[in-house]
Amino acid sequence: MKIQKAASERHVLTVTVDNEAGILARIAGMFTARGYNIDSLTVADITENHSVSRITIVTHGPPNVIDQIRFQLERLVPVHKVVDLTEVGPYVERELALIKVAGTGEKRVEALRVAEIFRARPVDTTTESFVFELTGAPEKIDSFVALMRELGLVEVGRTGIVGMIRGATEA
Amino acid sequence: MTEERSGANILVESLVRQGVEFVFGYPGGAVLPIYDALFDDERIRHILVRHEAGAAHAAEGYARSTGKPGVVLVTSGPGATNAMTGIADAFLDSIPLVVITGQVPTALIGSDAFQEADTIGMSRHCTKHNYLVRDPAELAATIDEAFQIAMSGRPGPVLIDIPKDVQIASALWHEGAPQRRNRYTPFVEAPAAEITRAVEMIAAATKPVFYTGGGVINSGPRASALLRELQAKIGAPVTSTLMGLGAFPADSEDWLGMLGMHGTYEANMAMNQADLIVCIGARFDDRVTGRLDAFAPHSQKIHIDIDRSSINKTVHVDLPLVGDCAQILDQLLTEWGGRNGRDLTEWKAKVEEWRLRKSLSFPRSELAIVPQLAVQRLFELTKDLDPIISTEVGQHQMWAAQHFHFFSPNRWLTSGGLGTMGYGLPAAIGAQCGNPDQLVIDIAGDASIQMNIQELGTATQYRLPVKVFILNNEWMGMVRQWQELTYESRYSNSYSDSLPDFVKLAEAYGWKGIRIENESQLDDGIRAMIAHDGPVIVDCQVSKAANCFPMIPSGASHTEMILHGDIVTGIMDDHAKALV
Repeated sequence: MKIQKAASERHVLTVTVDNEAGILARIAGMFTARGYNIDSLTVADITENHSVSRITIVTHGPPNVIDQIRFQLERLVPVHKVVDLTEVGPYVERELALIKVAGTGEKRVEALRVAEIFRARPVDTTTESFVFELTGAPEKIDSFVALMRELGLVEVGRTGIVGMIRGATEA
Repeated sequence: MTEERSGANILVESLVRQGVEFVFGYPGGAVLPIYDALFDDERIRHILVRHEAGAAHAAEGYARSTGKPGVVLVTSGPGATNAMTGIADAFLDSIPLVVITGQVPTALIGSDAFQEADTIGMSRHCTKHNYLVRDPAELAATIDEAFQIAMSGRPGPVLIDIPKDVQIASALWHEGAPQRRNRYTPFVEAPAAEITRAVEMIAAATKPVFYTGGGVINSGPRASALLRELQAKIGAPVTSTLMGLGAFPADSEDWLGMLGMHGTYEANMAMNQADLIVCIGARFDDRVTGRLDAFAPHSQKIHIDIDRSSINKTVHVDLPLVGDCAQILDQLLTEWGGRNGRDLTEWKAKVEEWRLRKSLSFPRSELAIVPQLAVQRLFELTKDLDPIISTEVGQHQMWAAQHFHFFSPNRWLTSGGLGTMGYGLPAAIGAQCGNPDQLVIDIAGDASIQMNIQELGTATQYRLPVKVFILNNEWMGMVRQWQELTYESRYSNSYSDSLPDFVKLAEAYGWKGIRIENESQLDDGIRAMIAHDGPVIVDCQVSKAANCFPMIPSGASHTEMILHGDIVTGIMDDHAKALV
């Protein structure tokens, strides 16, 4: 017997939750316990009194599993609202990355030139290195990192995405 | 009135305010302040179990038989981990529990202190919600919310972990309900348009089946009454899951019996051939559906469930109605009004044909009592007493579900979802606490009963007249049955060797012990059990080889049932073996 895997699609979910102890463990653990996937997860509080947090989760799975993920999230007591941005759409998604590149001479010049094309901003400089800050869709960051690999890439830090519905209203 | 009180005191006052009569618990270092607060409090009765697993199951039995939440009190570390099986059991069967666990003092959390365990982390996915309370000022509101969450929506266990210093420290205590925002508001009612559509679907069906489950019981006795009322108007045959037995009376001519793996032929065939399945408070569990791609292939499906995550989880349905069973049944009844349903004569004739297969019949033996007969006699001799029945897990549980019959909700206590051996005895103890004047019987197996046998002492201490009726076949019968069907009768570790003498064991605990060895002793033995006003163990020695039929083997469809006379081959392919 061989293990079978089902075809899956990528979805971006935003989850509004009470900012209480253990909430992240509750959500991340629910994904593990029920065998769902987390591709990325970001969280920060979004209200003045720090009582509410917004979590953006990128996941993938077959359509019925994506529905289940939403319902299972809604079932958690501290969860106020779950929006499947991919379903509701259209939406924007952005990610921030810090990319350290070391090198001298032609490679260093080329790194700076590519950074300009991508509108990546140097936030730290030494004579032999840069740390670039880059914001954009995940694919844009992927391409930039791929280019930097040839130009002396040292390390990459990425936030995972945050997403929001386009237009004037709240999702 | 507002005054300064200790956390332990606030806890006890809050439990009293929730109407708690019984707490099932076991003391230990991290709950000593709470036990001290309970010491001279006569408003709450503490039932001292012999093992924390027993506390959780007793609370489940109390909750299931009374419709009230069960309350558990255990210490940190091993107290909490021992209770965890019962908590997980309550989670899968949607039983409302509030579990109070002690925790090491706040300053020691995370230091691997004596009897420290990450109770919150461990219980996170087997509770509906849990809390670590770090300030006694939060206790009253937390407990208030915990009871609301445990009891409303889809019921379930809620755990409150209270560090020892929080039990000792003081905070202001106010008379009256604590002020808190309400953040838990489950769906209760379905939109009118969906109700109209449901009624149209039901009115158009020529082969409808009602498939009911534990949700009808959880919704309260009103749901069972409304189910009967709606069924009387529509006339559809009714089947039920293991958890839903009692919601619909077993003496109705439209009762099909239980469905699923050990369900009746007529129930499973009706599901297979139906053109409309109305699922009421059930969840298309794998024990019910069998092979998913062959499950009820010709039917439209309406699914009534208070938990939206149950909808389309395994089986796609045409019309979900998210809400409380009683509320939605009431809506359906109102919308149905004075309508006449379709003529179901042809459909019922078909059901009658399937019934004639007599799938619950069993061969008698001259050499030994067959277990099905023992359950039948137990039913016949106790039915007028309206008994509450609990079970352990295994063959005896399925025989009890098949051959004991129920007419009202809250009379049948069994571990369905988690399938916990050792559930029945403590559950019977909890049920007896909540129903002191009723006959409570744990139908047990020789293996299961040993899993929480220590609770015999609890019944003795509180003079609870529970009865334990052991179908003793000297095997872990269900394991052996699967080994026969799947592994060519290679009986790996399924023989119950070194069984205790159950009669002597009963006597050692101050119980009465009765042994039944042959059919001629059966009725008298059962009568003697009922007649004794204290707790009784009946060691009913039954035929060792009997297996539980009918049965849908793993990976098979409803139409591929094995009936008792069928010849069963001894091996399955890997795909079937891999199914639970």
